[in-house]
Order: sequence, then C-alpha cells, then structure tokens
Amino acid sequence: MIIRVIALLAIVVIFYLGTRKMKIVPGRFQSIVEMGLDFVRVNIAEDLLGKKDGRRFLPILTTMFFMILFFNLTGIIPLLNISGNSVIGVPLILAAVSYVTFIYAGVRKHPGAFFKNSLFPPGVPWFLYIIVAPIEFVSTFVLRPITLTLRLLMNMVVGHLLLVLFFSATSFFLFSLGGFWSLFSIGTLAFGFVFTLFEILVAVLQAYVFALLTGVYIQLALADEH
Amino acid sequence: MSYSLTTVIAAEEATHSPILPETPDLVWGAVCFIVLLVFFWRLVLPRMKKLLDDRGEAIEGNIEKADAAQKEADALLAQYTAQLSDARVEAGSIREQARTDGQRILAELKEQANAEAARIAATAQSQIEAERQAAVVSLRSEVGSLAIDLASGVIGESLTDDRRSAAIVDRFLADLEASEAAASNANGTSAGTGAVSS
Repeated sequence: MIIRVIALLAIVVIFYLGTRKMKIVPGRFQSIVEMGLDFVRVNIAEDLLGKKDGRRFLPILTTMFFMILFFNLTGIIPLLNISGNSVIGVPLILAAVSYVTFIYAGVRKHPGAFFKNSLFPPGVPWFLYIIVAPIEFVSTFVLRPITLTLRLLMNMVVGHLLLVLFFSATSFFLFSLGGFWSLFSIGTLAFGFVFTLFEILVAVLQAYVFALLTGVYIQLALADEH
Repeated sequence: MSYSLTTVIAAEEATHSPILPETPDLVWGAVCFIVLLVFFWRLVLPRMKKLLDDRGEAIEGNIEKADAAQKEADALLAQYTAQLSDARVEAGSIREQARTDGQRILAELKEQANAEAARIAATAQSQIEAERQAAVVSLRSEVGSLAIDLASGVIGESLTDDRRSAAIVDRFLADLEASEAAASNANGTSAGTGAVSS
C-alpha cells in the first residue's frame, strides 16, 4: 500500500510541477510532461474517439494511463521493487471503471438500444442470434473486464516473479553455495538486469494497452453500427 | 530485498489466491484512482487545455501580425513605386522643358551675335569711309600746295596770287580726276602714273 502512496505522490508532484507555470514555449521539464499528456490525448483519445468524444473521456483515459504506468514502474525502482498493479485490487478497480465507462458511454449515446445492439448486432439473420447473442454477451460484458484485469495483473505478477527468481538465484548461488556455483550468479544477475529493462517496456506497454482497450471499448459503444 | 517480497508473496499465497481481492486493497486502490482522476480532471488537463489554446492563439496572433506586416510592406512598396514613376515622369518633363529652353536660348544668342557682328561690320565700314574721306581731303590740299611750290620754283615766278593759283590747282585736279576716271575705265595704274608724271 505504501508503494501506491509513493507512486501516487510521484504522479501528483510531477504533474503539478509540470503544469504549474506552463509557458507557450516549453522548458525541458514541461516538454516531457506535455509529451506524456499529448501521447494519451492524441494517440489514444483523439485517434480512437475523435476530437469531441476524445475530450469527454480524456480524464478517465489519462488517469488510467498514468496510474498504471507509475504503479507498474514501482516494480523496478529500488527499495519499492513491487508493482502497485501486482495485487489484484488496482487492476480490478481500473477494469471496473473501464467497464462502467463504456457501458455508460453506450447508454448515453443509444438510450435503450445499446444492449440490444450489443447483443443482437444488426445485419445478422435472426436464427443466428441464438448463437451470436450469448457470444456477444460473454465477450462484451464478461470477458472484457476479466481480460483487462488479468492481463495487467499477470504481466506485473510474472514480471515481479521473474525478477525475484533471478535475483534470489543470484544470492543463492553467490552466498549459499559459493565456490564453483558462484559463476552461475553472473548469468542470473545478467538475466535479472535484462528483465529489469524488459519490465520498463512492459510497464509502458501495459499502460498503453489498458488505456487503448478502454478507448476501443468506448468507441465500439459509441459506434452507430457494430 | 527479495526476502521481504518473497514473504509477501508467500503470505498472500498462503492465505488466498492472488485472483481474489482483499477489501483494503480494493478500497485504497479506489481511493488512489479517485484522487488521480480528480487531479487529472480538475487540475492537469484544464491547464494543458489552456496551454494548448494559448499556444494556438499565440501562433495565430503571430501569423496575423505577419500578415499585417506583409500587407503594410506591400502598400509601402506600391506607394514607393507610384512615387518613383511620378518622379520619372516629372524628370522627363523637366528634361524636355530644359531642352526646348536651351534651344530657344541658343537661337536667341545666335541671332544676337549675328546682329552684333552686322553692327560692328557696318561701323567699321563707315569709319573706314570717313577716314578715307579725311585722307582724300587732306591729301588734296597738301598735293595742291606742294604742286604750287614746285611749279613756282620751276617757273621762277611767284604764283602767290591766291585766286589764280587756286584756279590753277583746281583745274589741275579736275584734269587729274578726269584722267584718273578715264584711266580707271581703261587701265588704272598706267593712267595714274601718267597723270603723276605729267
């Protein structure tokens, strides 16, 4: 829990300072903060949802992206060492937010017709609805939040376990066995290092994927035709 | 480092599956999310939006300013061009005026010079004529007295009787003039010498 508080404070401090005295011509720090915010705004929100809807859902998407990103990065920061997302609570909450958001978006856009359109996509022969409706129901309303949650959770848990494994093995080979076995500790340490770098990539990627999928779900809910 | 983490994992696996959430986990996760949502929604994104708007306005303002400057420069250029062509036309007319003036002045001067030359020539002519007349008159009286002296010397007798001598001189001169006129009709130089010798 303390890790999440630290990550939370990091986000607040960075973005508070980064946006406190914004200038037309940005400095270095402001440029980086702007780049992060623009990445979500342009690449996720406006690309998927267009300008108008993109602006509506931008706060949710931005919060998701940076919360996941910073909570993921705690997994490789020394002394924190565990991702805020490697316990199921945060991924589950974010998935629930995503779930509620896209249903809300759909219901607001097509009042009354959203669930019908989702379950009985138009243009399909009526007898196929027997098969299509349960599939759509499961994929849209059951699997989406579960996959969102588990994808993020498992990426973080597995990344953490790999790092723990490699570094524990290094300790084990070096201190517990010693002698000839110490040589193995070099290999495990190298792998641990490589996977630490890999975890940075995974952290960014998972944050992007989560925000992107939420954007896609909102876009599908807003679309006139499935 | 790994010690505490493994114990966390181990403790979690001992109590329950990682798939099942714990209540405090959910609650505090939700708190984090709400704090962040409000933070981004109410603070960061409006600031960002304001910045983007400001930047767009600044860029537009600069573009407008540049347009205005461009227009002003164009107007100035047109003005200068017009002024330049005006000045050219004026210079051309002035040059034309100067040329005609010059021609007129030249003609006047030429005329004046001609008149002056004619006047000078006429004056010289009349002066020459007057001098000639004077010379003729003085020559006549001198030649008369010389001839009388010579003649009186030759004949040894006084020819002082003024009335007679004047008549003789006058007759001689009249003869001389007549012979001169006749000689000039026939042959000037021989008549002249003959007249002087006789």
